[in-house]
Amino acid sequence: MEWYLPVLWAMLIGTAVALYVVLDGFDLGVGILFPFAKDETERDQMMRSIAPYWDGNETWLVLGGGGLWVAFPVAYAVIMPAVYLPVMVMLVSLVFRGVAFEFRTVSRSKKAWNFAFAAGSTLAAFSQGIVLGALIQGIKTQNGAFSGGHFDWATPFTLLCGLSLVAGYGLLGATWLVMKTDLGVQERARSHAKALLLAVLVCMAAVSLYTPLAFERIAQRWFSIPNFYYLWPIPAVTALAAFALWRGLKKERELSPFFATIALFLLGYAGLVISSYPYLVPPSLTVWDTAAASSSLLFMLVGTLILLPIILAYIVLVYWIFRGKVRHGESYH
Amino acid sequence: MDFDPVLLARIQFAFTITFHIIFPSFTIGLSAYITTLGVMWMRTGDEKFHRLMKFWIKIFAVSFAMGVVSGIVLSYQFGTNWSRFSVVVGNVIGPLIGYEVLTAFFLEATFLGILLFGFNKVPPWLYTLSAGVVAVGTAMSAFWILSANSWMQTPTGHEMRNGVAFPVDWFSIVFNPSFPYRMAHMLNAAYLTTAFVVLAVGARYLLAGKFVEEARTMMRMAIGLTVILAPLQLFIGDQHGLNTLKYQPIKVAAMEGHWDGSKPGDFHIFAWPDEKTETNRFAISIPRGSSLVLTHDPNGLFPGLKSVPASERPPVANVFFSFRIMLAIGFYMIGAALFGAWLWWRRKLFQTRWFLRVVSFTWWSGFVAVIAGWVVTESGRQPWIAYGILRTADAISPVPGASIAGTLVLFVFAYGIVFSMGIYYINRLIAHGPQGSAVKESEGVASRPLAAAAKAAGEATGN
Repeated sequence: MEWYLPVLWAMLIGTAVALYVVLDGFDLGVGILFPFAKDETERDQMMRSIAPYWDGNETWLVLGGGGLWVAFPVAYAVIMPAVYLPVMVMLVSLVFRGVAFEFRTVSRSKKAWNFAFAAGSTLAAFSQGIVLGALIQGIKTQNGAFSGGHFDWATPFTLLCGLSLVAGYGLLGATWLVMKTDLGVQERARSHAKALLLAVLVCMAAVSLYTPLAFERIAQRWFSIPNFYYLWPIPAVTALAAFALWRGLKKERELSPFFATIALFLLGYAGLVISSYPYLVPPSLTVWDTAAASSSLLFMLVGTLILLPIILAYIVLVYWIFRGKVRHGESYH
Repeated sequence: MDFDPVLLARIQFAFTITFHIIFPSFTIGLSAYITTLGVMWMRTGDEKFHRLMKFWIKIFAVSFAMGVVSGIVLSYQFGTNWSRFSVVVGNVIGPLIGYEVLTAFFLEATFLGILLFGFNKVPPWLYTLSAGVVAVGTAMSAFWILSANSWMQTPTGHEMRNGVAFPVDWFSIVFNPSFPYRMAHMLNAAYLTTAFVVLAVGARYLLAGKFVEEARTMMRMAIGLTVILAPLQLFIGDQHGLNTLKYQPIKVAAMEGHWDGSKPGDFHIFAWPDEKTETNRFAISIPRGSSLVLTHDPNGLFPGLKSVPASERPPVANVFFSFRIMLAIGFYMIGAALFGAWLWWRRKLFQTRWFLRVVSFTWWSGFVAVIAGWVVTESGRQPWIAYGILRTADAISPVPGASIAGTLVLFVFAYGIVFSMGIYYINRLIAHGPQGSAVKESEGVASRPLAAAAKAAGEATGN
């Protein structure tokens, strides 16, 4: 097998997952903050700020999951049974919060769908955190198939990851609202963002301390020489991004907090990738162990390299069409 | 209590995919219809078309949302419930699904945003074009997923190494032998399904004496389409059947309830296939009917179910009855379309109240036919998940039955709520009709920011 094909695919799927986390992150985050809105007008405004995008954002989840199957069928077949229940809970949560967009609009009483939207968004974020945690802590395999227990994913560490992601998506959602809304929603989002930033930093610190202590391979990766010399800028830049975010919120900037949050996310994500690479299913299966046939990887690669730029272009077009703020009371009567 | 994981996983997949297929069958056709209305509106300038377009977009939005979320579930079930399937055929099927995401899902999802929320933000041509792009996206999605399914029915272009399928020739994988037939059959079915819903809604308004102008337009458009597509579907279905006879003869034997291949086959209008005695009970039959259709010769022979051991046969009753349900609805559709066209020609279409009542009642006909047809082809493939490559029983994930049972209950509960509310809301949107606004509150979401706000939004990007 061409050794670079699985690496290329790992990079592509890594990009899709990163895009998913940032893009669906902000709209799930708005769902997480939904219960704190003052009234229906504010909730309308919040929902309107994400309504044209959520469907496209969620498609990255399909590309991430589908891509994993396409490029690494063995990993897909190991990971999915290992995190069966969290994945199923995530899917059902996404069903409820997804239909809530349209159902809430046409229903007379909005209460039930407000709840479905908020609970679905929160639970989906939490389940994704659990899945992430389960991957980091490792999955038991034998002969390339899942051989662990069916509740191996349920540990204090994965719980921490679940809460971290809820806080993280909440922060993305809050800074998105700072950027895209005004008046009450914006002010409340700003104060939420400050609190959530602290929570996110605590979570990031906890994960960064716990993982090298608990997993020898991760300690080895970060603290062996010369790795340490190359890697120390990552935590340093993370601290800078957090500082920039805090300042942006303090000075009531509208755009910079959202982009600082994205930077924070990408850095945390890079940290996790560095901890695990080249294992796709730590601690046993690498990207090469789990890759699909070269012919399949190549067949998909050609299409992806042609289609992905086109997709990104029309996604940018849509964000451009709906640029600017969604004003208070603008959309709903 | 012991749960059989294979049975439960099959029930779960059957449940979630049946729920899902309802929405694509509708939205594939509806997006094309919305595009047609948009083009008519731009060409004639007639506001009637614009009102109809906005009306159907609202219904489309609710249906599409349900289709999207139930589709995401399916893309993950391949891994959660059918991980052996993912490994054994992943090299071949994975890329087909991958191309579906890349060529269709992003396209639909992104341009749907413009269609639902962009009316005051983009020029009319881009608005209508967005509808067209969504329609093309749904059809492309059908292309890839039907290619993948057809490969599971009639696999070609691969080779087996250590029990895993490896691609050899992508062209013959994508355009495998049953794909062109299945694609034509399903796409046509989707357009027919939508046309019968549009017909029913038009008839409902005429009966109530509401929105008369719009209702007549909808009925004319629907009749005009179905009078061509419904008879065409009979021809496509026949060709599809002949293709199946060539590649999956036992499926056809089950469809016909044909046990003994040494005799010509009768067409059973009704029968009770008894798998124990390997005969049909209570059969009402047209002698040699099946032979005539399938071999174009009343004395023609085709393989019977008894030509393979019982363990190699699909569940006969499922296939047999679903096939009859599909056929019955198909003939009803042809009859309704032709009769409607005749009434139209005699200028009595809008006055024949019993006909309006019948077609307004049978809005569901396409959905039931589509589901029945899929039961025929999917049940008929058993005991294989990928025909001749992997048995369904060997495709399962290492997951305990209790987990599958638990999540099955969860899905039934969740989809039960979502589906009943969805139908309820769609029905209410239809009851409100193609007015300036279908539902007061929904105006906001469906693209009505104030002009001033749009201007302000434009300025806001400056900073």
